[in-house]
Amino acid sequence: MSNLPLLSICIWLPVTGGLWVLFAGAHAPALAVKKESLIISVATLLFSIPLYTGFDLSTAEMQFVERLPWIAVFDINYHLGIDGIALPLIILTTFTTVLVVLAGWEVVQDRAYQYYAAFLILEGLMVGVFAALDAILFYVFWEAMLIPMFIIIGVWGGKRRVYAAVKFFLYTFLGSVFMLVGLLYLYFKGGSFEILDMHKLPLALDAQKWLFVAFFLAFAVKIPMWPVHTWLPDAHVEAPTGGSVILAAIMLKMGGYGFLRFSLPIVPDGSHYFEGVMVALSLIAIVYIGFVALVQRDMKRLIAYSSISHMGFVTLGLFLVFRIMQHSGSAEGAIMGMTGGMVQMISHGFVSGALFLCVGVLYDRMHSREIADYGGVVNTMPKFASLTMLFVMANCGLPATSGFVGEFLVILASAKAGFWIAFLAAITLVLGAAYTLWMYKRVIFGAVANDAVAALRDIGCREQFILGALAIAVLLFGLWPAPLIDVMRASVENLVLNVVTSKLP
Amino acid sequence: MNMTDYIGALPEFLLLALLCVVLLVGVFSADEDQNAAYWLAQFALLAVLVANTYIGARTRFVLFEGMYVRDPMAVVLKNFILAFAIIGLVYARDYLRARRIVSAEFYVLALMAVLGMMVLVSAGSLLTVYLGLELLSLSLYAMVAMHRDSAMASEAAMKYFVMGALASGLLLYGMSMLYGITGSVDISVVRNALAGGGESPLAAYALVFIVAGVAFKLGAVPFHMWVPDVYEGAPTAVTMFIATAPKMAAFAMAMRLLVDGLQPLSLDWQLMLTWLAVASMLLGNVVAIAQSNIKRMLAYSTIAHMGFLLLGMLSGSTGGYAGAMFYAIVYALMSLGAFGVVMLVAGEGSAEADRIQDFKGLSRRSPWFALVMLILMFSMAGVPPFAGFWAKWFVIKEVIAAGHVWLAGLAVFSSIIGAYYYLQVVRMMYFEPPEHVEEVHASGDTEIALSANGVAVLLLGVMPGLLMAVCIAAIRG
Repeated sequence: MSNLPLLSICIWLPVTGGLWVLFAGAHAPALAVKKESLIISVATLLFSIPLYTGFDLSTAEMQFVERLPWIAVFDINYHLGIDGIALPLIILTTFTTVLVVLAGWEVVQDRAYQYYAAFLILEGLMVGVFAALDAILFYVFWEAMLIPMFIIIGVWGGKRRVYAAVKFFLYTFLGSVFMLVGLLYLYFKGGSFEILDMHKLPLALDAQKWLFVAFFLAFAVKIPMWPVHTWLPDAHVEAPTGGSVILAAIMLKMGGYGFLRFSLPIVPDGSHYFEGVMVALSLIAIVYIGFVALVQRDMKRLIAYSSISHMGFVTLGLFLVFRIMQHSGSAEGAIMGMTGGMVQMISHGFVSGALFLCVGVLYDRMHSREIADYGGVVNTMPKFASLTMLFVMANCGLPATSGFVGEFLVILASAKAGFWIAFLAAITLVLGAAYTLWMYKRVIFGAVANDAVAALRDIGCREQFILGALAIAVLLFGLWPAPLIDVMRASVENLVLNVVTSKLP
Repeated sequence: MNMTDYIGALPEFLLLALLCVVLLVGVFSADEDQNAAYWLAQFALLAVLVANTYIGARTRFVLFEGMYVRDPMAVVLKNFILAFAIIGLVYARDYLRARRIVSAEFYVLALMAVLGMMVLVSAGSLLTVYLGLELLSLSLYAMVAMHRDSAMASEAAMKYFVMGALASGLLLYGMSMLYGITGSVDISVVRNALAGGGESPLAAYALVFIVAGVAFKLGAVPFHMWVPDVYEGAPTAVTMFIATAPKMAAFAMAMRLLVDGLQPLSLDWQLMLTWLAVASMLLGNVVAIAQSNIKRMLAYSTIAHMGFLLLGMLSGSTGGYAGAMFYAIVYALMSLGAFGVVMLVAGEGSAEADRIQDFKGLSRRSPWFALVMLILMFSMAGVPPFAGFWAKWFVIKEVIAAGHVWLAGLAVFSSIIGAYYYLQVVRMMYFEPPEHVEEVHASGDTEIALSANGVAVLLLGVMPGLLMAVCIAAIRG
């Protein structure tokens, strides 16, 4: 098993499978297409598990490395490898895709084979983003991913899907092209497209500042940070359920991953220079966007804003490094903050994915996302209500759910950076509880609001399985986060060490 | 002058001989569809392609006492010109037949234009440049006017002719000044004389006219006025012909004149090309947004693409020229496919499908060709993993290596603007319901060629290294 090119399999199995579905599916019965897609996605998940079981926890070196020449004239390589930061995200990707394939089972009728093909191709490209160690390879996966997502939002989305799809594409394209200029500049300086070589390249402060801005445009749009977040509510709301899940669970994480893989280690001094701005923007996202979420009338929009607020936590955890080092002088707090950010990313992947699926369950039945159209759902859908309860609690950061671990670590770390930062960060616990529980109360509790709600039927086996799997994940990482934290420990320690070492020549 | 001279130019002689045969066949053939002329023209192009590849060129050969050059760049470009002409004729045939404008003269003129391009690509003297350019241009003027009953086509031909003649005049004026300064029309002699002569205001003056001529052929701002009108007015088959191979020939012309000949003035022309490139990228991409006619939109997109091509030229390095060459080839390939799809959608009737609206719901009418067009549009927008991304990547990399990071930033910014209108086409095909219900069909060979064209853009995007290596080797000589 260890001799197999597992990363390549996890990338190309879904991509070729998706292409096959695309070509063979046009004239095949819809059920066959769905079964094929399910088999491909489950197989990919199974192939990604040995990545975890065979992972060496003691090292920050890249593992499962594959390296082949790709574009020999410019020394661009097909170079893959993962460390403790990439591994959890890859498994999150393969896991989520299986659920998304299942979630579309009965819902997607129009051009179903294209729908499944788009998700499978997307899965492979997303794994590629997390596994690429060559900057150009990374960029190719990063950009190529936009195409299937653009199609998913635009074809199977809601009423304003065209607007949302175009906005999504242009916004993220805008961010990433400047990153390309940055990467080419790094090649011009260092003569290599290897990301790990870029980590070692000494750079003057001015260059680092510009490079930081270029990276910032790409990753801040993706994650997204206030004030470049406006594409996200539109894209989330208009995308079909599966698209929203992938967007929230994985695509947003790419922004965080980019900060960890590019901004912090390649331009540590630039990051240090802009650290105050990043912390401020993160706090604005946490507090201001939390308030914005409070007043939403559309459930998907509310969860979208909640995502932005939670991602503020991630960026806060990542960029507190410098402040904590200044205040306490020990790397321990910095490592804690960064670990918290990472755990928060994974946890948010499960929780927000689950919440979007819950909204999807309601939307499939009622064709409305308006909170006002619901009320008293618990009377007709008790199983659904109890599962949703769990995810809602996880979204508020209730202890024993995965949402708690990340938030707790980040707040603890921010306490070492200063009282006010910790105070503002902790406000999220209040705000998060307020907007999520209030939504839950209005939708689920109370008297049955109207005849449509009275006619709702509870979730079936398929939906129970999807939400149940996510519930297990949320509880597992909440009660026993050690496996997750152990996987990333060595890599995060190494990263913090890199980040606090100046790269000025 | 000896036998090797003739062997070196054999592909051109062969093409000339065969196109005369096509003309004769056309005169004596009673067939309305001119099938004989078509197949003979295809055979001629293929035979010349084989001859050109077979003769090859490892290094630079100078033929006919410096009039004619056969070097690796010329061989590669000629091969691509011939190959794209072959595919172009496949696409054009259905379209011409359905609109009853097919005639042997079309094929003769197409071959004549190809001959002109081949001469231009191999030009070793200013006179050869002019000869090739005029042979190409005059054939194209006539092709635009082919559709005699169409007022738009006649207008386009008139505009193209008047503007083209003016540009040729400017170019010739510049050349005559160079001759006056250096006393020779041989490009390498001109170069040596300029290098030895120091700064001369007259040479800079001549340079302005030469650059204007080159910019006109490329369609760079501010010499771009003819592009949208000609693209829109000409029959789509002719538009496709203008938009593909001649761009590669124009690149070769720029290489011969500016890099081979006027290298001593490179600082001057690099500055001029910088402004041409900036203006072309911005104006092309911005104005394209406002277009509702896809041929016109693609015309403005061409202008923007030529701006990118100039980025490679102005980098002034081997890598930059190779990047520009790669760009020209990839652009021609994408453009060929895009116009192929436009003709496919126009279908069997006499109507055109040149409004962007006509692409509504194409993904339902023809999932496969909608996918091909999607690949082409994303490729033109510069999104990986398609060939167009690597073309942009290559020139931007060279621009940064030349130290113009701001120019790279501007280029990528303009490509974001550009992405918008390419997305509109994808949007029409995938997000909108169809206006017509009938499926889209073409003859078998068109469908195969068009499919191969789309797949080539994808494959070149996944494996761009080979063509990049070919371009670099060709420029190094």
